[in-house]
Amino acid sequence: MRDSFVNEDLLAGVRDVSPLMLGIAPFALVAGIAAVDAGLGLAEAVGMSVIVFAGASQLAALELLGENAPLAVVVGTAAVINLRMLMYSASIAPHFAEYGRRLRAGLAYLLTDQAYALSVAEFDENPERSRWRYYLGAAASLWVVWQIGTVAGVVVGAGVPDAWGLTFAVPLVFLALLVPAMKDRPTTVAGAAGGAVAVAAAGLPLNLGLLAGALCGIAAGLVTEAMAS
Amino acid sequence: MTGALGGVVASPRAWIAIVAIGAITYGIRLSFIHLFGRIDGVPTRVQRPLRYVPPAVLAALVLPDLVTLRPSVAATLLDERLIAGLVAGAVAWRTENVFATIATGMVTLWMFRFVVFA
Repeated sequence: MRDSFVNEDLLAGVRDVSPLMLGIAPFALVAGIAAVDAGLGLAEAVGMSVIVFAGASQLAALELLGENAPLAVVVGTAAVINLRMLMYSASIAPHFAEYGRRLRAGLAYLLTDQAYALSVAEFDENPERSRWRYYLGAAASLWVVWQIGTVAGVVVGAGVPDAWGLTFAVPLVFLALLVPAMKDRPTTVAGAAGGAVAVAAAGLPLNLGLLAGALCGIAAGLVTEAMAS
Repeated sequence: MTGALGGVVASPRAWIAIVAIGAITYGIRLSFIHLFGRIDGVPTRVQRPLRYVPPAVLAALVLPDLVTLRPSVAATLLDERLIAGLVAGAVAWRTENVFATIATGMVTLWMFRFVVFA
């Protein structure tokens, strides 16, 4: 374990994550554009990408902030969206158990859908790898691209006329994530119910439509699962 | 409420939201990584609903941006956003590619906004 910091394992993480950047870069760009649209400046946009560093929740929070939703609704909605990372944290925890408290605290900050999925697959396939280096190579690359993309999005978003409807890219990003997430009957029902309730509840006070749709969708998925078994 | 300088002057509302969401999200990320050994996994009762968070949340985010309920069915369906969303959804399903989805969705939106419905 006395080898240098930048080694083969770290570079393997960087290499394996690079094809995913084709999806991450436009996503980050949209996060920057959405920040401008919500009335945020460069400092807040980058502050959000650094402090939150979770795309879907950032876009939802920006949309709600732009509509002047109450802070509790903005924060609550973002928290529900990020709850899925509880699963990632539990699943990757055994792989990091041997590391010190500080290193684990740092690795946790960089946890994302992509870094999690890549790393867990690699740890299973290649037990010889230095796990934290591989994970860091993948996760830190995503972080860097995310920040650069956000800044580029702020610049682009400020320069393009509203008529082009660039913020329409936000639901398109979600759509690209939604389709593969509906992979069986219960998850499809969860999506259909969540979407339908959110549309019907769009006029709800306090912008609670999104939260109501999300909770009804989760309930519908659970009911479908229970009925099948 | 931030006026013409909105975003340029520091807006406490946005910063409070950013810091609160950041703190909660970090807590979620750190949870089991920190507690490993004391709590070994997510209990099944928590795990089951978590499986439905991504499809439910994403659909609730997407659909209201594509569909606005109007008095007539025709007015609800003849919406450039819904048409662009359906085309992009088909591309997402066939390719599972974020970039291709955004590109076809935006081009379809512009086609209907600036040419077909113009």
